[in-house]
Amino acid sequence: MTAAPDGGPVIEGRTLHLSFGETPALQGASVSVAAGEILAVMGPSGSGKSTLLHCLAGKLRPQRGEVLYQGRRVDTLGEGERTALRRDRLGFVFQFGQLVPELTAAENVALPLLLGGMRRAPALREAHGWFERLGLAGLESRRSGELSGGQAQRVAIARGLVTHPNVLFADEPTGSLDSLTGERVMDLLVTASRQEGAAMILVTHEPRVAAYADREVVVRDGKAAALTLGRVS
Amino acid sequence: MHPGMSVPFALLGLLEREPSHGYDLKRDYDEFFGRGKPLPYGQVYATLSRLARDGRVVPGDVEPGAGPDRKRYTITAAGKTDVEAWLTTPVEPEPHLQTVLFVKVVLALMLGRSAEQYLDTQRAAHLQRMRELTDVKRSGGTVDGLLADHGLFHLEADLRWIDLTAARLGELAQMVAS
Repeated sequence: MTAAPDGGPVIEGRTLHLSFGETPALQGASVSVAAGEILAVMGPSGSGKSTLLHCLAGKLRPQRGEVLYQGRRVDTLGEGERTALRRDRLGFVFQFGQLVPELTAAENVALPLLLGGMRRAPALREAHGWFERLGLAGLESRRSGELSGGQAQRVAIARGLVTHPNVLFADEPTGSLDSLTGERVMDLLVTASRQEGAAMILVTHEPRVAAYADREVVVRDGKAAALTLGRVS
Repeated sequence: MHPGMSVPFALLGLLEREPSHGYDLKRDYDEFFGRGKPLPYGQVYATLSRLARDGRVVPGDVEPGAGPDRKRYTITAAGKTDVEAWLTTPVEPEPHLQTVLFVKVVLALMLGRSAEQYLDTQRAAHLQRMRELTDVKRSGGTVDGLLADHGLFHLEADLRWIDLTAARLGELAQMVAS
C-alpha cells in the first residue's frame, strides 16, 4: 500500500506563495498527489498546512505559483468554475463534520448531488447506499444533533465521497474524536476512499493519523518538504 | 533472575499453565509474544536448563522417540513464586534521559552538522515504522493489533519529542556552543 499508482499527479501545487497582510502563510510550497494516493500533510499549528490545503482545493488563490488539476491550471479560473470543480471533482471532510443541522443525515449526504443539479429522489437513493457501507444503517433520518461525534464524522465522510471525487481533502478528520472512535473513522475513511480510487490529502498534526497515509510532507515556515529515509550527510 | 528479562519469566508462566515440551513452549511464545522475533530453539533449551539448574522447573524422564525434544518440563513451587512476584512487580518506567536520539542531536550541533536534517530523517524512519504497524493493526487480529498499538504509542511519543526538539534547536545550539 505504499506505492503510488502510475500516471501524473491528479493535483499539484507549484511554488505557492500567499500572504495575509504582512504575514506570509505560504513561501514557495510545492506538493503533488498521484491518482489514488493518500498524502499526509503535517506540521505545527500556524505552519501553513491549512492554507496549502485551501489553495489546492481552489478556495484561496495563491499570489504566486500555480495549482494544477489533472495537468490543467485551475488557480486562474473564475470563482464559478472553481466552485464547480470543488463540487463535482473534489470532496471535503472537516474536523467537525459541519453537517447542516436542519437536514437529516441522508439529506446531508445527498447535498453535494443536489447542489450539482441531481433530482431529489435519485440523490437520496445514492446517499442511502452509503449508510450501510459506513456502518450507519438506520440513522438516515437523524439530524446532526442526534448523532454521536463518530457517527456525524462518518456521515461527513459519506458526503465527501458521494460525488465520487478524484481528490478528497480531509482536514484533521479525527481531531474532535476520542482515540478509539478516531481510529474507526480513519479506518473507514481510508477503506472507502481506496475503494473509490480517490486520492486523499490528509491534513493532520497527529502521527498516528498520518501513519494511514502512503507518504507525508511536512509544512514548515510556509514550505512543504518531503521526508526521506536517506542518510544524513 | 533479573526482573527485566522477560523470556525466562514468560516460559515459566507458560509452564505454570501446564507442563510442556520445549517445542510447544516455543510455539506458544512465538504466537503470543514473539511477533517478528521468534524465539530460537537454542535459547528455549538454554533457558530451560538454567531454570532447571535453579530449581524453577523439573524435567521429566526422557520419553521414547526421535528428536531432541523428549523431555516434558514442570514448574516447581519456587518457580510459581517467581512468576507471582514478577507479575505483580511494575516494570520500571524508563526515564529515557540519555537516548541515542538526544546524543545524535547534541553531537550534530557540536560538530556543526545539521541536527534538523537528522531529526527529519529520524521522523521519516519513525513514520515508516508507524505505517507498517498501522497495516498490521488493520489486517490482523486483537493480539496483533494491541501489540502494534504499543509500538505506535511509543513511536508517537518519540515523534512528539522530535517535534519539540526541532522547534528548540536554536536554543540548544546556543547552549552547546557556549
